[in-house]
Amino acid sequence: MTLDRKLLSGDEAVALAALDCGVALGTGYPGTPSTEILEEFDRIGGKARWAPNEKVAMEVALGVAFAGALALVTMKHVGLNVASDVLFTAAYTGVSGGLVVVSADDPGMASSQNEQDNRRYAVAAGVPMLEPSDSQEAYEFTLLAFEISRKWKLPVMLRMTTRVCHSKTVVQPRQVQPTNGAPTFQRDIMGRVMIPAYARPAHVRLRRKLAEIAAWNETNPINRRTDGDRALGIITSGISSMHAREAAPNASILKLGMTYPLPLEAIRAFAQSVKRCLVIEEGDPWLVEQLRTAGISVDGKAEMYRFGELNVARVRRILAGDNTPEPPPVRGKPPALCPSCPYHTVFGTLQKMDCIVAGDIGCYTLGVLPPYQAMDSCVCMGASLGVGLGLRHVLPEPQARRVVSVIGDSTFVHSGVTGLIEMVYNPPSTGHVLIILDNGTTAMTGRQEHPATGRTLNHEPTGKLRIEDLARSLGVHGVYVIDAAGDPEGFERLLKERLASNELTMIVSRRPCLLAAAQIREYEKRAAELATAKAACAGCGDQCGQ
Amino acid sequence: MADGVVNVVIAGLGGQGVIKASDILAEAAFRAGLDVKKAEVHGMSQRGGSVTSDVRFGREVLSPMVPPGEADVLVVIAPDQVENNRHALKPGGVLITPALIDEKMLPNRKSINVALLGALSHHLDLNKDVWLAAVRANLPEKLHEVNFQSFEIGRAAAASAAR
Repeated sequence: MTLDRKLLSGDEAVALAALDCGVALGTGYPGTPSTEILEEFDRIGGKARWAPNEKVAMEVALGVAFAGALALVTMKHVGLNVASDVLFTAAYTGVSGGLVVVSADDPGMASSQNEQDNRRYAVAAGVPMLEPSDSQEAYEFTLLAFEISRKWKLPVMLRMTTRVCHSKTVVQPRQVQPTNGAPTFQRDIMGRVMIPAYARPAHVRLRRKLAEIAAWNETNPINRRTDGDRALGIITSGISSMHAREAAPNASILKLGMTYPLPLEAIRAFAQSVKRCLVIEEGDPWLVEQLRTAGISVDGKAEMYRFGELNVARVRRILAGDNTPEPPPVRGKPPALCPSCPYHTVFGTLQKMDCIVAGDIGCYTLGVLPPYQAMDSCVCMGASLGVGLGLRHVLPEPQARRVVSVIGDSTFVHSGVTGLIEMVYNPPSTGHVLIILDNGTTAMTGRQEHPATGRTLNHEPTGKLRIEDLARSLGVHGVYVIDAAGDPEGFERLLKERLASNELTMIVSRRPCLLAAAQIREYEKRAAELATAKAACAGCGDQCGQ
Repeated sequence: MADGVVNVVIAGLGGQGVIKASDILAEAAFRAGLDVKKAEVHGMSQRGGSVTSDVRFGREVLSPMVPPGEADVLVVIAPDQVENNRHALKPGGVLITPALIDEKMLPNRKSINVALLGALSHHLDLNKDVWLAAVRANLPEKLHEVNFQSFEIGRAAAASAAR
């Protein structure tokens, strides 16, 4: 390990810290802006895996932490919605090793369907939360998050935002003593089996730990107070603190590194030391609410600044109390389906046939834009199935017959499978048509592997989920695999016929994403060579890795 | 270049090498021993949309994003992306576009991003060694020579335009 200074993104800095402190497994599901953490962790020598979705990832990570090792689990903000079921009760069970959950929020929605503020999850679940403001802090706070997790035996949330994840800033790594020692199983039935009788004391235990951590956080040096001009005090955290320091270089600033549980007494003392105390925070007025509830009098930003990212210019406006309309953002060229995307034919056909399209999350959501405008809903991962079925259940028959659910391969594996089960379990009277846009990769986030590619995060061969076989095994009547781009007439004919039937249909339109195709061929070639070598292996004991 | 921080915005379309160019610039400033921050939005960019990347360097950089109207230099790789990015430039700031360079002179048209960095280098106080080291660190070896040449062509074009 070299201790040279580096220029790293926040995501890369988290990965480096995870490697330095001895994380045994990094797991998650790709999602902008979090994706690069696990890719980098793998690249620098950590063990990283994509899970089918964030909930499974968090469960796997919890198992690792139950066994006494350190686990890192990464996701974008909406991924935590999926994994929250695990998080809330993992706060009760606690961990034996360490568990750090990265929530990468996307204020301004650079690449997301909403701009939910996941700081609220830390409070709701009762897990400590750290908020880095640059890559150096992403590195330091990851290390500290694992220390806190190990000391108090709790999951800890590292809440990042797009600008912290993707901005490159200078990082000075330091000597870290990694957590070694062989993981081992130690039975703790009352601690980990959350039947009501054991969960009641677990909840009390959690609140006691949080009270201890709150007291500890009062003097935690990662909350930095800079006493400047007494006329204005700013309480801030994360990336907002950088904008605030630049916009108000002379103000007194309390920059919070650990924002749950809050160091309320330190904040109260700061607020009392200045004439006017203003909270600068991106997104929801979350800190403002917390502080006012605690009886600390602070000013917040106007409601108009709740929307979108903050930046230096907006913070200057907040400081000046300027609530006049902002200049409209300059729009460049919007993204579009790549010219060679295999989905053009599908959306062209859906448009031509005037289908009602329950869509989903991925590159193909761009099918909503002209010239196709062939998508009628996009809500969350996997929703195309349920929403399409709901529409079919109640729409008058001529409309119901036009309803199609459209979902990509990775999104289908993430959370379309349970929707498929619903389709078989509660079939609409007109049947239903589900189209899987299978381009053999998680294209939107930068071409990551998933269970139906048959390769792990580092592109090594593994067990492969066959989407069409899964549908057949569940009892879907008509399962078809076609390349719509290669056979547009065949695809249109098939779609027409299946929409007219009262049966359940899955059409898998399969052709690799052109951006990924060459890589996929390379991985497949390597896998075939490996299989040949394995078959020929005489077990000579040489260190060929087999 | 107020309070010692230099602000550069690089703009273009997905696939033109905007991010690669800003990686090289940030690396050059980093190798010069300065504090550096570089910000852009990933995600939709590979779908051919507009891409911008902000690079700031100096003694201490705070926000990673260049405030509107504070860019010392704006580098635009796609001619049709100049107008929607002009607001980034400060009054009297330097605008660098492909119009500065005779693309036929380039050993490879894809290296226009690095040619424009060559032009940018004429306006920045970073020595040539750190630039070349940054090009080397960010591109595969087989592309080094082509990009060194493009860098020189851009640097010479900016120097002669300034005369």
